[in-house]
Amino acid sequence: MKVHKISQYAAVALLGGATLFTLAIVAFIIGFVLEKGLPQISLEFLFSKPKDMGREGGIFPAIVGTLLLSAMAIVVALPLGVGTAVYLAEYTRETRLTRAIRFGTDCLAGIPSIIFGLFGYIFFVTTLKMGWSLLAGAFTLAIMVLPTIIRTSEEAIRSVPQPWREVSLSLGATRWETVRKAVLPNALPGIITGVMLSFGRSIGETAAVIFTAGSSFRLPKSAFDSVRTMAVHFYILAREGISSEKAYGTAAVLVIAVLAVNILTYGLMQRFIARRAR
Amino acid sequence: MRATSDKVVERALLAVACTAVFCLLVIAAFIFKEGFPFLLKVGPGNFLFSSDWRPDSGHYGIFPMIVSSLWVTFGGLAIGAPLGIAGAIFLSEFGPPSAMRVVKPAIELLAGIPSVVFGFIGVMVLAPFIRRVAGGPGLSVLAAAIVLGVMILPTIMSISIDSLRSVPQSYREGALALGATRWQAVRMVVLKAARPGLLAGMILGMGRAIGETMAVIMVAGNAVKMPASALDSARTLTANIALEMGYATGMHRQALFATGIVLFVVIMILNGAATAALRRRGAAKR
Repeated sequence: MKVHKISQYAAVALLGGATLFTLAIVAFIIGFVLEKGLPQISLEFLFSKPKDMGREGGIFPAIVGTLLLSAMAIVVALPLGVGTAVYLAEYTRETRLTRAIRFGTDCLAGIPSIIFGLFGYIFFVTTLKMGWSLLAGAFTLAIMVLPTIIRTSEEAIRSVPQPWREVSLSLGATRWETVRKAVLPNALPGIITGVMLSFGRSIGETAAVIFTAGSSFRLPKSAFDSVRTMAVHFYILAREGISSEKAYGTAAVLVIAVLAVNILTYGLMQRFIARRAR
Repeated sequence: MRATSDKVVERALLAVACTAVFCLLVIAAFIFKEGFPFLLKVGPGNFLFSSDWRPDSGHYGIFPMIVSSLWVTFGGLAIGAPLGIAGAIFLSEFGPPSAMRVVKPAIELLAGIPSVVFGFIGVMVLAPFIRRVAGGPGLSVLAAAIVLGVMILPTIMSISIDSLRSVPQSYREGALALGATRWQAVRMVVLKAARPGLLAGMILGMGRAIGETMAVIMVAGNAVKMPASALDSARTLTANIALEMGYATGMHRQALFATGIVLFVVIMILNGAATAALRRRGAAKR
């Protein structure tokens, strides 16, 4: 066999091996958490309050806190993100301003969550006097997920075929009516993808949340109450060595939630792509 | 009438579109407002290059944290970049299309897993393993680097796949027509053309690694000293902020915000570099 034939086989084997190794890591991480955590999950674990600092009982308030916080963050970020995407895709060409907006969005996406935590603490919690609360946490998370929503929405809007706009405009619709009635409904699956990705990121976030939403065990009564998300609860259980069984259980719930969100998003995207290909 | 309302909508959307930039500026302003006066008072040289961190007696030197952050970041990159880029090359150049459809999303699941979960697995599995095989406390630079390497892998792989795919098909065909094997075509032509994109992926992965907090707190050990080896305990910049933010007041708290400034500036530089690299890729395509 010639030398470069051999080098070809060696290279492909090595690259394929690296890929398999990476896949094995993914399988190990998910498998490990589920194997240790699934036995801890029961209806009681999901729907009862923690007792004795989390050594006993369940994680119900943490589930409620996580869902409320993530939902509020998306309610804040969605109109801002989609509005930005509509402006970038429908109302302007590439100018210095749009380049600045894009660069700002990219930078925002790259900021580490601990910086968001510092900022949220000094701005929402202290300066605006919201205290450790659902509200402060939600605003902080909203800024964090804004870049994701902008990018996915813009992509979705750009993928709506041009003739649909032309037909709408030729029927006498204004640009805004065209956006509202012809473009946005067709971009919806893509926008939902962005929402889901943001939701997944919010569920797992810890550093930005612990300094803004606090870590109270109680069910929140208003937007000004502190909440403890599942990720924060898990961090405290694991780090302070309170209970590794409950920590594994919480981790499994977290991972299942994240996997469900990711798989749903993937399915949605595949359908969206399939529809576009037609 | 309708034309005017359309103008109003346009103005409103323009205002909305500036939110992201506005948020970025407000974040920078508040972090600097809290930390910058402190930096001036202590002196940037003392703050950055002194190894003495004892906030209770007024010593604020973050040099060991800077060194630790660099250790774990480059360690993470040394693990994540080869695996991520190898995976990208295999999937986009050699693997069947079905592998791309299944393997890529599977590996991207890693990006969705919360960082605290990575940290926990590091504590339960990786650290004991390192302690047994290599010695030392287990919770160490090496453990943090491995965990970070896995965490930044999906970022590096996704961006690498994008940049490999954006290399025109005619480049490959040209090389093959000249008698190159597929590996030679990839090595000599495709990788060269995709280099700016691969670089951007590594830079963005670095940004993620240096900014990662919770996973690193859990596995790096957090001792405030210069790590003597890869098996030694270390405390990164991010860990320092998160560990002490809960109880810090006055000067101490300002010192943590000043640490935030250092991180912020580093991340902005990395982002700028990645954007420049991606723009070069865009220019090369045209």
